[in-house]
Amino acid sequence: MADAIVAEGLTKRYGSVVALDGLDLAVPEGTVMGLLGPNGAGKTTSVRVFTTLLEPDSGTARVAGLDVRSDAVELRRRIGLSGQYAAVDEYLTGFENLDMVGRLYHLGRTASRDRARELLEVFDLVEAADRMVKGYSGGMRRRLDLAASLVARPSVLFLDEPTTGLDPRSRMGMWDVIAELVAGGTTLLLTTQYLEEADRLADRIAVIDHGRVIALGTADQLKDQVGGERLELTVRQASDLALARSALAGVAISEITVDGHQLTVPVSGGASVLVEAIRLLDAEAVKVRDVGLRRPTLDDVFLALTGHAASSSEVSR
Amino acid sequence: MTTLVQSLGDGVVIARRNLLKVKRVPDLIFFSILSPIMFVLLFGYVFGGSIEIPGMSYREFLMAGIFAQTVMFGASFTGAGLAEDIQKGVIDRFRSLPMARSAVLVGRTTSDLVNNIMVITVMSLTGLAVGWRVHSSFWSAAAGFALLMLFAYAFSWGMAIVGLLVPSPEVFSNASFMFIFPLSFLANTFARTETFPAPLRVFAEWNPVSSITQAVRELFGNTGPQPPTAWPLQHAVLASLLWIAILLAVFVPLAIRQYKRAAAR
Repeated sequence: MADAIVAEGLTKRYGSVVALDGLDLAVPEGTVMGLLGPNGAGKTTSVRVFTTLLEPDSGTARVAGLDVRSDAVELRRRIGLSGQYAAVDEYLTGFENLDMVGRLYHLGRTASRDRARELLEVFDLVEAADRMVKGYSGGMRRRLDLAASLVARPSVLFLDEPTTGLDPRSRMGMWDVIAELVAGGTTLLLTTQYLEEADRLADRIAVIDHGRVIALGTADQLKDQVGGERLELTVRQASDLALARSALAGVAISEITVDGHQLTVPVSGGASVLVEAIRLLDAEAVKVRDVGLRRPTLDDVFLALTGHAASSSEVSR
Repeated sequence: MTTLVQSLGDGVVIARRNLLKVKRVPDLIFFSILSPIMFVLLFGYVFGGSIEIPGMSYREFLMAGIFAQTVMFGASFTGAGLAEDIQKGVIDRFRSLPMARSAVLVGRTTSDLVNNIMVITVMSLTGLAVGWRVHSSFWSAAAGFALLMLFAYAFSWGMAIVGLLVPSPEVFSNASFMFIFPLSFLANTFARTETFPAPLRVFAEWNPVSSITQAVRELFGNTGPQPPTAWPLQHAVLASLLWIAILLAVFVPLAIRQYKRAAAR
């Protein structure tokens, strides 16, 4: 299978700030690559290079077989971009926004309108189609922006933090839309700060920090490096610790650790394990002060991979 | 040929988009008309009494100056709109599309020209209401308005450069004032340059705004009996056309270059 996106040794500096520091990346056709990293890691800069918005200082990048420098015009016909801020026009209606993008892709009047109507349907915006975008919610704007990036049926799609700033419900909705989209075989490069998002949508994840890829693999491979889900339990009395430990031995997938009044139990299976654990503890009459399920986050990944927390990368930027 | 047609077509799409905004937010154009009307009233009835223009009514003298200043403020919409589009990420979307590179600027300057035509229409009616009259022929007056619009278009490209240089739309409004105020006041717009102290007088005589204002006065038949002494004001129509050509030749390529840079920030 050919690679739809290839980067070799990309560098980009802004004054003394190094945004990209020899970034290498290959995304096979028809797959989803999640670019995971904190603010300032170089995610947006790399998307801007791939979409011809920014010329790299050195290195090469090819998208759909076309060079970002020498074949920029042809390349733009093949890609779709949805940026970090929904780049839709507030004073146009949803329909007018999509129609305008179609016209600028030179689809022609009729084809632009038909495509706009089709996308409004797909993205559940038919009722809002003739209202000004100014009155749209954040989630609706993002959906419209995503629709705009799909007007010309691009073979390679770039989504830069598609759910940042959305409330949890809109985020889930967005995930469903994206998941459906990539099921159709579009190559997708997705940047995100959320491990959960990359896990949900991407075939493979590249973790980037300070403008370089520091780890590459499937979500499971990365989580194995980090440690997966765990149950964190605090008991009222230290005398209950042994009881709790034996009660939870059945749900633990590896060694249970104890620290003060707290037990950490590696688990898998999500919320149902939590329910099961509480039932077991209740049966043994263990007095619980606090119990929760903890999933590995970007911070955990970073801590495991780099030894520093994700936020410190932002501070040094 | 097809590329030219295509880039004009892209420009039309962008211009249409900008004009839809004016239609949806009429406050924009309302306030851009209100402030020149206030200038007419302020100068026509407050300061005007103490400004002596030999041999003619001050309000007839004033209108060409107000027109010139009004189209400059109208042209500043170009920079404000571009700064806003950059901030909102709309320019990024445009740049990722296979559209002509010049289309955003061509479309923006064109839609602002249309705005200026609307504003000048209202200003002309205001002028008629305060006693301003055209004393020349229809065609001569039409040439006067055409010259104003050519100047407005050229100035739009200059404002585009400022709009692309500033970090935000808020900074733009202050930055554009820095250009518009000296250019529109250190000129023959509101008073005769003959009364200025020497260095200001030289600046005012060679200020393109003075040539435009003088040319428009001549074309409307709003000049007094005393002819101006400086060359650009004696040959005001020629000087205006030369100025417009120079402004376009300098501003258009600079604006396009700055567009490519600004969008790559």
